[in-house]
Amino acid sequence: MAKNTHDVIVIGAGHNGLTAASYMAKAGLDVVVLEKNEWIGGAAVSRELYPGWKYSNCSYVCSLLRPEIMRDLELYKYGLQIIPYEGSATMMRNGDYYAHYHDHDMTINSIRRHSHKDAEAYERYSRDVLRQCKIIKPLLKMTPPDLTSFKPKDLFGALEFAKHFAAKDELGGLGEKEIYDTIRFYTMSIRDYLDEYFESDITKAHLAGSAIIGTALGPCSPGSAYVLLHHYMGEVDGSVGAWGYSRGGMGSITKAMTGCLNAHGGEVKPDNEVVNVITKNGRAIGVATKKGDEYYAKKIVSNLDVKRTFLKITEESSLPGEFVERVKNFKIRGSSGKLNIALDGLPEFPCIPEGDPGGGGDMHFTETIEEMEGAYDDWKRGEWSRNPYVDMCIPSKSDPTMAAPGKHYMSVFIQYVPFNLANGGWNEERKQEFGRHIVDCIAEFSPNFKDLINHYEVRTPLELDNEVGLTEGNIFQGELTMDQLMFNRPVPGYAQYRTPLKNMYMCSSSTHPGGGVMGAPGANAAREVLIDMNIPQTGNYY
Amino acid sequence: MNRDLRFTALKKTPFHSRTSLASRTNKYYNWNGFTVPTEYSTTELEYTAARNGTSVMDLTPMCKYMINGSDANKFVDYLVTRDLSQMEDNTVAYIIWCNEDGKVMDDGTIFKFSNTKFMLCCAVKIYNWLHDSAEGFDVSFEDATDTTAALAIQGPTSCSTLKNYGADDLELLKPFGMKQYNINGYDVLISRTGFTGDLGYELWTDPANAENMWDSIMEAGKELKIRPFGMHALEMTRIEAGFIQTNTDFMAAEDSLRPVRMRSPYEIGMGWLVHLNKESYFVGKRALKKEKETGNSERCLVGLDIDGDKPAVGSVIYNEKKEDIGIVTAAMWSPTMKRNVALASLKRPYGIKIKENIFAEIYHPEELEYKKIWAKCKVVKRQFFSPERRNKVPADLYE
Repeated sequence: MAKNTHDVIVIGAGHNGLTAASYMAKAGLDVVVLEKNEWIGGAAVSRELYPGWKYSNCSYVCSLLRPEIMRDLELYKYGLQIIPYEGSATMMRNGDYYAHYHDHDMTINSIRRHSHKDAEAYERYSRDVLRQCKIIKPLLKMTPPDLTSFKPKDLFGALEFAKHFAAKDELGGLGEKEIYDTIRFYTMSIRDYLDEYFESDITKAHLAGSAIIGTALGPCSPGSAYVLLHHYMGEVDGSVGAWGYSRGGMGSITKAMTGCLNAHGGEVKPDNEVVNVITKNGRAIGVATKKGDEYYAKKIVSNLDVKRTFLKITEESSLPGEFVERVKNFKIRGSSGKLNIALDGLPEFPCIPEGDPGGGGDMHFTETIEEMEGAYDDWKRGEWSRNPYVDMCIPSKSDPTMAAPGKHYMSVFIQYVPFNLANGGWNEERKQEFGRHIVDCIAEFSPNFKDLINHYEVRTPLELDNEVGLTEGNIFQGELTMDQLMFNRPVPGYAQYRTPLKNMYMCSSSTHPGGGVMGAPGANAAREVLIDMNIPQTGNYY
Repeated sequence: MNRDLRFTALKKTPFHSRTSLASRTNKYYNWNGFTVPTEYSTTELEYTAARNGTSVMDLTPMCKYMINGSDANKFVDYLVTRDLSQMEDNTVAYIIWCNEDGKVMDDGTIFKFSNTKFMLCCAVKIYNWLHDSAEGFDVSFEDATDTTAALAIQGPTSCSTLKNYGADDLELLKPFGMKQYNINGYDVLISRTGFTGDLGYELWTDPANAENMWDSIMEAGKELKIRPFGMHALEMTRIEAGFIQTNTDFMAAEDSLRPVRMRSPYEIGMGWLVHLNKESYFVGKRALKKEKETGNSERCLVGLDIDGDKPAVGSVIYNEKKEDIGIVTAAMWSPTMKRNVALASLKRPYGIKIKENIFAEIYHPEELEYKKIWAKCKVVKRQFFSPERRNKVPADLYE
């Protein structure tokens, strides 16, 4: 049994753990990151499961990763390059398609094919959504204030928070009228929201996709409009809402973060699963690994979701009962699955004309919001959607490093897939049945698709839970609903990255501002640790 | 279902075969989803054509809407701030319209054929706004942007050019008048309107007639110093004329991401188009009335005559205490007037009560270095240039 002492231990080498670790290492601390898997990256990984093909096994596209983090951590030095999407498309059963492009006016012309009014409404819609993105952006790198506290820090924090909603232009905020819109946006269903702008089913279906990806809400569930905003608030070089690929797959992000961490003297130790947080008199003092090693540190930062952190690796007896109860009630329902496919060539999608940039990014085949809600109904019954919403893309079309020239890697994200499968739960046979079902659905739109498949990896919420460590397979490490956002995330009273245990912190997507490969929770948590240690810091998160 | 990729790219206007042939620079830009030339040869020469001969510009990308129905007259009067109740058939009027908060959405021209038929031309798409505003009116709309080809024919010799083309008696057409012709077998509507502040006309026709019309006009103007004219040159002429451009000199209310950027007509020098004594209600009347009564307009849009010869593009405007009082929205050195002019949005009382001791901070690039110029400005009438020939009837002819 080895004993190791460091300044900080980070549990879990996902993007938020690595972000937090890098910021702390940059500030001069001795940081070690303990990772249970043999590989690094959590849900931002690129693995070669079939020779010659690299998969972005979990997360697959990038937009939310905060540019100021990329800048502070100099991720370009360690190989990070983002490739913007050219467009996106929804295929229709009548052979037509709906497309979105990088160029705004081309998008308008495209929408006009489906509805004249919608083409104009899209301008109003993009403006309104952009307004909301503008308010939320500065909040991403703030620690949510505790609204019940009278500490000067919290009072000022609350003002700072409020000012972004209420303030006038000079402070980056909006007018009175727009505040009403914000509140509506945060609480409405995406169907109701889109109905206020658009008339054509296909326009609404295409836009609504972002509101259901990763969430256990349907398009008619209140709160789904916010999920759309969560997917829109990212950017690629100032182009708000734009998405792109990470060159080399999503693993390049965590690889670059590891590079930064190493350059500042930190270390990641894979194959070292933390099984227990060692506490003494209400303080966290170290962790024990499955291998039987013990690590001690001044600060311990958990990048595991809040349920895993406090219900699995922390003794319940060391925590206040009410806190444990709240954590148990935290909503973290798995709803998504994924297929990673190695293709021998480029599949044809006859709906999308050859060379149309609309086929260069995400592709879908859900034509109405009702279909989407139907897919959600299956999930509620504990079944995978018979007619699923898929978000599929072929990163190798833009990224030469994923497969050999002429060969392609296709990522298929599937909504909805339950964690608790009805009638006996998941087993290998049913997992393969699910995979075959999705392949069949795609083949309806691509005649040569099946013939090109060399290999595919099927991921259900169960794998995401067991392998990646996302409880129930929820990709956001907790639902993105108002009751679990900002000062309520993960639980009221503990939204400032600190926990009931002294010296123990949270930096996962279970904390503000939430899920997605964003890095902001990690950077915010690092700031709070450094503040508590009185260590001066620089960069955009200070 | 259409698999034609051109549907999903920027559109070409019906004149594209001709404008692209005339272009020696291959410089294009995206105007309302269409590909059109920014410059054909050199902007200075094109600008000069508008002040010296005839300039020809492809106007097709302008938004054009047909408004039909028994309530068309009432509807248009309700939509815009100007009192159009006395407007005669076959005339055109310059108009602006606001949202309910009294903030300007856009400016444009309205063409009246009869009490039941109008055409509206503007910069920002308003197909949905028209529908949303039309509740209770017997009126229908057709977006004629793609189905109407349009050319601007502007400049001192423009009337002669068009007479050679076949527009008989055109010299008798009054400013803001319009007349229907049949030329070379096609209907062509000619209005005495334009964006150059000079003698000029705009022609509206079937896209099938576009190439023939372009060729015939080029032929008709051969001896009259005719030249195609791009967007850069138009920008120069419109600044000299003091015409405002939506989303350049002010933000269209519906396009403003930041609500505080929205402007009322009084704040962009368009108060003269607001007829509060108009009997019926019009969109924004309540708010505009209140603004007029309380006098709480915050900004103004003025013309500036600036010392020196360096254009004040994007300059911040200061008072003598070096306090920021506004910004230049458009600026140029005027080749015709040899004046350094600009349009500027100022915080009141500057520009209204205080017209002296105003300065522009100009950053003039000089071979990889900036020369910082502190230039004195005079607040002047926004209409810098308005030659007599512009409104003369009969119009000048060159025979």
